[in-house]
Amino acid sequence: MVQNDTMISVSKVDKFYDDFQALTDVSLTVKQGERVVICGPSGSGKSTLIRCFNGLEFHNAGTIVIDGIEVEEGSKGLRRLRQEVGMVFQQFNLFPHLTILENLTIGPMKVQKISRAEAEKRARTYLERVHIPEQADKYPAQLSGGQQQRVAIARSLCMQTRIMLFDEPTSALDPEMINEVLDVMVELASTGITMVCVTHEMGFARKVADTMVFMEAGRIVETAPPEKFFTNPESERCKMFLSQILDH
Amino acid sequence: MRKLIKRLHWLDYVILAVIIGVASVIILRIGGALNYDWRWERIPNYMFRYKESEERWVANLLVQGLVATIRISIYASILALILGVILGIARCSANLTVRMLARTYLEFLRNVPPVVVIFIFFFFLSEQLIQALNMERWAREIARSDNNAVWTFLFGDMRRFPALISGIIVLALFESAFVGEIVRAGIQSVDKGQREAARSIGMSRWQEMRYIVLPQAMRKVMPPMANQFISLVKDSSLVSLISVPDLTFKTVELVASTRLIFEAWLTAAAFYFVICFGLSVLFRRLERR
Repeated sequence: MVQNDTMISVSKVDKFYDDFQALTDVSLTVKQGERVVICGPSGSGKSTLIRCFNGLEFHNAGTIVIDGIEVEEGSKGLRRLRQEVGMVFQQFNLFPHLTILENLTIGPMKVQKISRAEAEKRARTYLERVHIPEQADKYPAQLSGGQQQRVAIARSLCMQTRIMLFDEPTSALDPEMINEVLDVMVELASTGITMVCVTHEMGFARKVADTMVFMEAGRIVETAPPEKFFTNPESERCKMFLSQILDH
Repeated sequence: MRKLIKRLHWLDYVILAVIIGVASVIILRIGGALNYDWRWERIPNYMFRYKESEERWVANLLVQGLVATIRISIYASILALILGVILGIARCSANLTVRMLARTYLEFLRNVPPVVVIFIFFFFLSEQLIQALNMERWAREIARSDNNAVWTFLFGDMRRFPALISGIIVLALFESAFVGEIVRAGIQSVDKGQREAARSIGMSRWQEMRYIVLPQAMRKVMPPMANQFISLVKDSSLVSLISVPDLTFKTVELVASTRLIFEAWLTAAAFYFVICFGLSVLFRRLERR
């Protein structure tokens, strides 16, 4: 087998919503175990880009290859790919009619067809990892936002994903709950899993990111390691953005 | 009770008095004008009668009809729910042909009066179906055989089985259009993020529908669904038009042979009321949980 440590390879991707071009000529490579943080003003296409990674949206031109599988509408590999790529949403999107434990076991049981006992064992391991093993039998509505988001992270991990995508995971949270989620994400980063995060949490970005990506108006404007990105960004637009979100 | 009395305002008493006054005038007028000879004492005998030859009480016309109505309602509800869920899913399908077929079915059934649907179905389809399946003979054989207890329990007199089945199917078809719309509304009310979350853990479209969307949709549409099933019980009276021996059909028979016009119809009304009101109380309990 050829040793290939590229996990995500995006090349010349365009994406349209009717007449509106959401992504323009986007190219990006993410290596195995790399932690990428994407930032940029709202409407710059950050979410659209990572939603294209697991086929929640489909790009119109260019190619996206994730762990050797090309993302394509209606392709057979798509469901396999989605099992390898976990996604954490801004709005958590836990299944409200299932308990926390069931939220975690339904994927492994129905998609990967493992036994209930095994799925529950796995679920409890990951609940432990996100520090809420005691909430297993509650329903999502009984949990705080921070706890729900941590459950959402555990739910993705239960599929034994190799890549985790975060779509503004802390934007819908009350300020006092942001840290408990970020802590879990920092711990997760140390396990060597490949992570792509869309977030405005620059403290988190500084702590874990290997690569910072700045997007604006559907284009990748700057890609740099965090030291350089935060101290000496090349583009004017990026400088301005950073000063806006850092200076207060 | 005391609480209720305390809550009443003096105006409430005036309104109540007026209503009682008007009602008694109307009842007295009807009583005088009709010159009707009430014979309520004969009604119980048409619910249950004592069969001398077997020395036991058996159901008579009214209760036979009531049981048939309950049977038809239960089977038609189940069938309507199954068809309705399929229809609701089809209405939300990504495939245009499927969506259009579902729409056509729905619009046809929704924009034609139920009585017309029942006749069309009965004369064109049900006759053909029953003949094609040789159902008449099959049912008669079961009726004649010795161990038909289970069949009789489930479907009543097996000689009337073909009519009963036609009634159930046509009622279910008719109601399924409305159930389908309720299910569609429920499916569409489930947050888009739920589908995305389901898809992002690798579920197929079918799994996403089965495990994530439908359970939430059905919970949300409990109240209108309950309403629809109560409507179904009432609409079941229409199948008497195609000689299904339900409560309405039996009441017509009873009136024709005994002239107990008011007593029989009021009794039938009471039976329907008890079923429907009972259902609405039951559903309200279920919702509260």
